[in-house]
Amino acid sequence: MSETTYVKAVNAALAAAMRDDQRVFVMGEDVAEGGPYTATAGLAEEFGRERVRNTPISEGAICGVAIGAAQSGLRPVLEIMFIDFITLALDQLVNQAAKAHSMSGGQLSVPLVLRTQGGAGQRGGAQHSQSLEAWLTHVPGLKVVMPSNAADAAGLLASAIADPNPVVFVENKALYFKREELDEHPPAVPIGHAATRRSGGDVTIVAMSRMVGEALAAAALLASEGVEAEVIDPRTLVPLDLETIVRSVERTGRLVVAHEAVAFGGFGAEIAAEVGTAAFDSLDAPIERVGAPFAPIPLSPPLEDAYLPGAAEIHAAALATLGRLPAR
Amino acid sequence: MWRIRVFEERVGVLKRADEVYGLIHLSIGGEGVAGAVCSQLRDDDPAYTGHRGHGHAIAKGAPLQRVMAELMGRSDGLCRGFGGSMHLVDSEHGLMGATGVVGGNIPLALGSALAARLRGSDAVAVVFFGDGAVQAGHFNESVNLAALWALPVILVCENNGMAEFTARAEHSVIERVSDVVAPYGVTRETVDGNDVAAVWEVFARFLAAARGGAGPFLLECLTYRLRGHYEGDPTQYREAIAAEEWQQRDPILRLARLAAAQGWFGEEQAQAAQSDARAEVEAAVAFARASPFPEPALLEALVYAQ
Repeated sequence: MSETTYVKAVNAALAAAMRDDQRVFVMGEDVAEGGPYTATAGLAEEFGRERVRNTPISEGAICGVAIGAAQSGLRPVLEIMFIDFITLALDQLVNQAAKAHSMSGGQLSVPLVLRTQGGAGQRGGAQHSQSLEAWLTHVPGLKVVMPSNAADAAGLLASAIADPNPVVFVENKALYFKREELDEHPPAVPIGHAATRRSGGDVTIVAMSRMVGEALAAAALLASEGVEAEVIDPRTLVPLDLETIVRSVERTGRLVVAHEAVAFGGFGAEIAAEVGTAAFDSLDAPIERVGAPFAPIPLSPPLEDAYLPGAAEIHAAALATLGRLPAR
Repeated sequence: MWRIRVFEERVGVLKRADEVYGLIHLSIGGEGVAGAVCSQLRDDDPAYTGHRGHGHAIAKGAPLQRVMAELMGRSDGLCRGFGGSMHLVDSEHGLMGATGVVGGNIPLALGSALAARLRGSDAVAVVFFGDGAVQAGHFNESVNLAALWALPVILVCENNGMAEFTARAEHSVIERVSDVVAPYGVTRETVDGNDVAAVWEVFARFLAAARGGAGPFLLECLTYRLRGHYEGDPTQYREAIAAEEWQQRDPILRLARLAAAQGWFGEEQAQAAQSDARAEVEAAVAFARASPFPEPALLEALVYAQ
């Protein structure tokens, strides 16, 4: 084990994949310079600028180029610098990449990884902070992955690159520089398997990406109040490991779903609906959802802090499922 | 080219009988471009087309009967009935995609060209699009990128002067597509797209250079869309071309006249090509009608590659 960070784990996983497989190459805005968060730092020096390709600020075209290259036998890892900019690439991602396999009757496949990052809390304002993953989960043909820690970032990225389908790999900028312990050669993490981060029998908390840490903090506080929460990190939104979530709810009878994205129409709504159908008889309380308010992300620090959901909201939601109010 | 012409005329009839499904866009009148370009390509040269792509698919080598079955939504279609008229793919013959979103195919072709270069192959990517695509963001982003990376790709613009229902003059102040790419230094030429020999000659030159690693190229073919934007389009926005004028402009008849003058092939052979095409198209219709519709179980099975 050695000390690393989430962003270093992404960087090391990219380098490992490029060493293992000549078909893997990286492209995106400023990737040969390392990008704004150093995710691709040093790759151009090791692999050259043919395999680590800086691109113009043309999200639509570069996404299409990556798809065409994938259809023609390469394994591109495309970086869209901020998930906010994915709007410009959505035609290619939604109309081409996601549908190529089905629309061609299985002739084409698109082994593309689209790395991007979202998340607020950095005073980035309304166009550099969003969590837009729910849009992508609505598109058959895409896989959507949201690692919450360095080990999963490394392990899931290896699996995403090996996958024959387009995988959107959503990182969170607020996690990038947290120090974590990690194996020198972290194992691949299969896509589609949730992780139980903490066991408990009173309430299940399903938390995504940055909210996993917040959920664990809420669980620690709940434990001091005599409530044992189980914290599940789905890690992959599509395909979703619903079974792990349902099994937990069958034991606890209570569910909180937490993500940083706007709550209304967020992926938590899908989890709530699925659990409501699959485990209706086990539920002892209405499912609680934690997410951001229905508003663009503000710049002003006190406003952004108020906007961003965290451990306090998860704690309150868990108590609500138990019919209790948080102590003031 | 007779195979394309006869196929598409038959498709127009089948559309009115409700035997082919979805939006059908015919290229009748513009077959010369598909014929002159695709007949020079290898199976490993990736080609992309768009919503008006029957001709490109057939000229690239897709079997007529499987194209017809695809238009009829049958399981023996090129794409097992999942694509339809606007999404013909035949990877065996290098037809790597057809997009229904105008201009969306252009960056894909750049990607295939990049793959060829990184794999050390001399394959050349080709993409067909209309003048309507030139105003799309994808076109402009792609031309910049293709020039920046000097990709071995040939952009083939079929400029029929109409973007859906409106004339080019209502879409852009730039009349010639070759002028749009001029500032990027793209090697470019505008030809009479109904002059098959002229298209052949320029494309051959571009292809040879691209095989040698040069690129990108833009070939603008001025052509004519004899039909409406789609089958069923009442085309109230323009007057029909006079029959005598069309006799002069029809790319197939022009090639036949040229061939006779040059002694390449005579009237008899031209007639034989036409009647062979009719027989092949009728056989394709019979094949497609006999093919079953796909099983519903395939619906979810084809979402992800395994």
